[in-house]
This record gives sequence, structure tokens and C-alpha cells, in this order.
Amino acid sequence: MNEASLCLDGVGIRYRLGASDFVAVENVSLEIKSGERVMLLGPSGCGKSSLLKVIAGFQKPATGEVRSNGRKITEPGPDRFVVFQEFDQLFPWKTVLGNVADCIRLTRKLPRAEAASRAAKILDMVGLAGYFDFYPHTLSGGMKQRVAIARAWSVDPAILLMDEPFAALDAQTRASLQDETVKIWREARRTLIFVTHSIDEALYLGDKIVVMGRSPGRVLRIFDNPFAETRDQPESAELRHQIRALLAGNQVAAEEMR
Amino acid sequence: MKIPLFNWRRIVVVIALLVFWEAAVKISGVSPIMVPPLESVIASLIGGIRDFTLISSTWATLKNLLIAMGIGLVIAVALNMLAFVSIWARETLQTLAAALNPLPAIALLPVAFLWFGAGDASLLFVLVNSVVWAMALNIFTGFSTVPVTLRNVGRIMGLKGMALFRHVYVPAALPYIYTGIKISWAFGWRTVIAAELVFGATASSNGGLGWRIFVNRFNLDSEGTFAGLLTIVIIGLLIEACFQQVERCTIQRWGMADR
Ligand SMILES: Nc1ncnc2c1ncn2[C@@H]1O[C@H](COP(=O)(O)OP(=O)(O)OP(=O)(O)O)[C@@H](O)[C@H]1O
Ligand SMILES: [Mg+2]
Repeated sequence: MNEASLCLDGVGIRYRLGASDFVAVENVSLEIKSGERVMLLGPSGCGKSSLLKVIAGFQKPATGEVRSNGRKITEPGPDRFVVFQEFDQLFPWKTVLGNVADCIRLTRKLPRAEAASRAAKILDMVGLAGYFDFYPHTLSGGMKQRVAIARAWSVDPAILLMDEPFAALDAQTRASLQDETVKIWREARRTLIFVTHSIDEALYLGDKIVVMGRSPGRVLRIFDNPFAETRDQPESAELRHQIRALLAGNQVAAEEMR
Repeated sequence: MKIPLFNWRRIVVVIALLVFWEAAVKISGVSPIMVPPLESVIASLIGGIRDFTLISSTWATLKNLLIAMGIGLVIAVALNMLAFVSIWARETLQTLAAALNPLPAIALLPVAFLWFGAGDASLLFVLVNSVVWAMALNIFTGFSTVPVTLRNVGRIMGLKGMALFRHVYVPAALPYIYTGIKISWAFGWRTVIAAELVFGATASSNGGLGWRIFVNRFNLDSEGTFAGLLTIVIIGLLIEACFQQVERCTIQRWGMADR
């Protein structure tokens, strides 16, 4: 097997805007190893979500291709599970346990009882032990995201894609969900591709931090992050500063171009 | 949260109305042929239940409507599946529904007579037409407003075609499907009584509630006529209560009502 489990090869993304094409992302190439945690960081509109949609298979790239374990990605599938930012990603007609268990059952063809016990185990891990019979509309935003994360991990996807899943949460809930993401990742060691606007979040969760720029969307630089799973290390100040400067520089450059 | 149909205030109002009826008849001294007193209407109602004629008439009416709604639902779902895959089918569905939905179903009766003669087929034709469009349109709205996020989650789970339909589209569209069924029930219930008034008894049916009312009036049996009307009202209320109960156990419980 090739060492790079996910390979973005010259990916460009365009959207039709009236008569012309708008270049949202240009020539992004990335090699992501199996089990690696990659954070996509960049200003609004640089194409992070677009890139994630292409990896998920919802959208075809205008140029280049994405390969997972050498196979070209053409459609969505449970091997690349997505956790969205939206709170309405759970099926409202299913209970917390049902949302997770049915997902396991449908994707992995497991018998009902086995799926339920697996679902229960992972829901315990994200702190939802007492909420199995609750319907999503009775949960808080943070709890809904917990269920979504549990559902995604429960199918044991080769790659987990998360698009600002904690962006709409308060700081405390956000921190505890970050902790749980780390905890589950340690058990499963799957590839994680995580979109964020927060340098802190990127430093806490990522082995690699891909900093993207705008106009057009592209990769500015890829940082190795030795500070994963730690918060507010004094030694991380330098890396933090570099990332901030890079983002600010791109901001200035983008504004000058107008 | 909707107020349940049978709450105590409602019951008080119903009793007050019945007392008013009784008092008005007694005080005004109106001829019992015009407005029969409540007790004789109820006696006629009980008599109809005892000798089973009222029950079999009611059943005949309900059976026709249920068959028509079943056929209507199948057609509505089939049309929507076509509309799902073809833009031409979608356009056809919307055009037909827009054209035929406002048409009072009973106005098709002469055409039905012409095509199918005076039989159950004519009745069913008129009834199906009265229920199918409201169903089809609501189901269409339901399917086209399924949130993108839910559709995408379904696709991530590897669902396609019928499986995606069953596990995501149908449950997500349930509020609209219920609305469609409720509206078409209301259309159909009015239509079936009106059509029976005109059709009368046929080989396979005793003519239903509508015909019963008509015959009773013809025989100057006012109690029977009013008992028939009362039955129609009661059935309508009971069905409405059933709808509310089903909704309470499903879309209200899931927080999907009133979206
Ligand atoms: N469906 C679409 N049609 C047209 N343009 C689009 C579409 N989706 C995204 N874009 C454009 O592509 C660019 C990248 O969008 P994208 O959503 O990927 O950015 P992002 O990095 O995720 O931003 P944010 O951080 O705000 O979520 C933006 O300029 C956006 O306007
Ligand atoms: Mg985005």
C-alpha cells in the first residue's frame, strides 16, 4: 500500500458565476498519511469547505483529482464520513441511539443488537450515556454535535472530515468537544481532516496545519505541529506567531489586489 | 403545541350547543319535520345502529373513500417518483395539479357517468380525482424541501435510489405527507357524501350515508336525515382526532411539526 492514504493531486475547484467561471481553489496538492490529523486553516472564502466537499465526493474538482488509497474518489461514501457545522445533521425522527445505531447498521451491515451496543459504547465516550432515548430536537447544540461525532466515528471511517463542527458552540463546550475528539482519535487512529478558523484549535488537534490563502484559494504553507494535544505551551508561541503572520500577510495581499 | 380536539372546554361548548338545539325546538314550536328535537334524532341514530343500517351505510361511505385515498396515494407517490427523475414529469405533475385541484370534484360527475356509467367506477373516479392532487402537491413540496444536510448524510452513509428514498426522503417529508393526507381527506369526505346523494344505491353498495340522507328526506323521515348529518359530523371529528393522535406520536414527538 502507498504510504499516503489520501492524495490531492493538483485539485482546482470552480463555480459557475453567470457566464464566467469563478476559481475558488487553485492547484492544491496534499499528501495525507493514514492516521494523520490535518487541520485546514484559512480566511473565510479560501475554499476550505469546497475542498472538503471534493474529498467527501459531493463535488467534482475542475482540475486534478483526489485519490484515497490510490483509488480516485467519485462519490460520497462511509469511508469518508463528514461532520458538518450545522446542528441539523441528525435525523430528527430517530433517537440519539437510533441515529448512531442505524448508521452503523446501514453502513456496516451489522445486526441490530450488535449495532446498538457499539453505538452505546461510543455515545458513552462522548458523554451522552443518559441521553440514548432523547430525540435530537430536545438536545442542546453541543449535544447534537457530540452525537454527530459519535455517529461519524462509530462507522470507523478511514477518513473523518470535519467542517468547523464546533464553530457555533460556546468556548467551554468547544473545549470539551475538542478533548473528546482527541480521546476518540487516540482509540481509532484514523485520518482526520478538520477545517477551522481558530489557530488554537488547529494547534490542539492537528499533527499538520495547512494554512490556506485567498484569491484564489490555495495552500500557503504546511506546518508540522509538535504541540498537538497540549494547550497554551509557551514553546508554541513561535509557531502561533508564524501562522498568524502568514494569515495576516495574505489578508493584506488579497486586499491590495482589489 | 396544538390544542387537542377533545378538551374540556370543547366538550362544554358541544353540550351547550345541543342544549340550545333542544331548547330552541321546544320554545319556538317549529314543526318536527323541519327541525326534529334532539331526542328523536338520537333515537333514530341508535335505531340505525341497532338495526345495523346506519353502520352499513357509514361503512359503505368510508370504504369508498379509503379505497380512493389508497389509490390516490399510490398515484401521488408514483407521480412524485417520476417527477424525481424527469423534469418533464415534474412539469406535468405541477400543471395537472394546478389545473385539476381547484376543480370541484363533483363537477366531474357528468363526465364520470359518460365514461363509466352509474356505478362504483364512476364514484371512485370522482373520488380519486378529489384526493390525488392535494396529496401529490404536498408530497412534492415535502420531497423538494428535504434539507440538503440530511440528504448529504444519507449519501455519506452510502444510501442511493430507493434506500435513500426510504431512509431519508420519506421520513423527512412526513409533515408534508400528513398535510397532504389530511387535506385530501377533507376534500374526499365532502365529495363522497355529495356524490352519493347523486349516485344512489348501486349493485355493490347501499348508497352510503349520502344516499341514506337523501332517501330519509324523501320519506319525510327528518329524524333519519338529521341522524345522518350528525353521523357525518361525528365521523369527521373522530378522524380529525385520529390524525392529531398520529401526529402527536410522530412528527410532534420528533420536533418536526410546524416547521
Ligand atoms: N455553490 C457555490 N456557488 C458559487 N460559489 C461558491 C459556491 N460555494 C462556494 N463558493 C465560493 O467559493 C469560495 C470558497 O468557498 P468555501 O465555502 O469553500 O470557503 P470557506 O473557506 O469554507 O469559507 P468559510 O471559512 O467562510 O466557511 C467562496 O468565494 C464562495 O463564495
Ligand atoms: Mg466553510
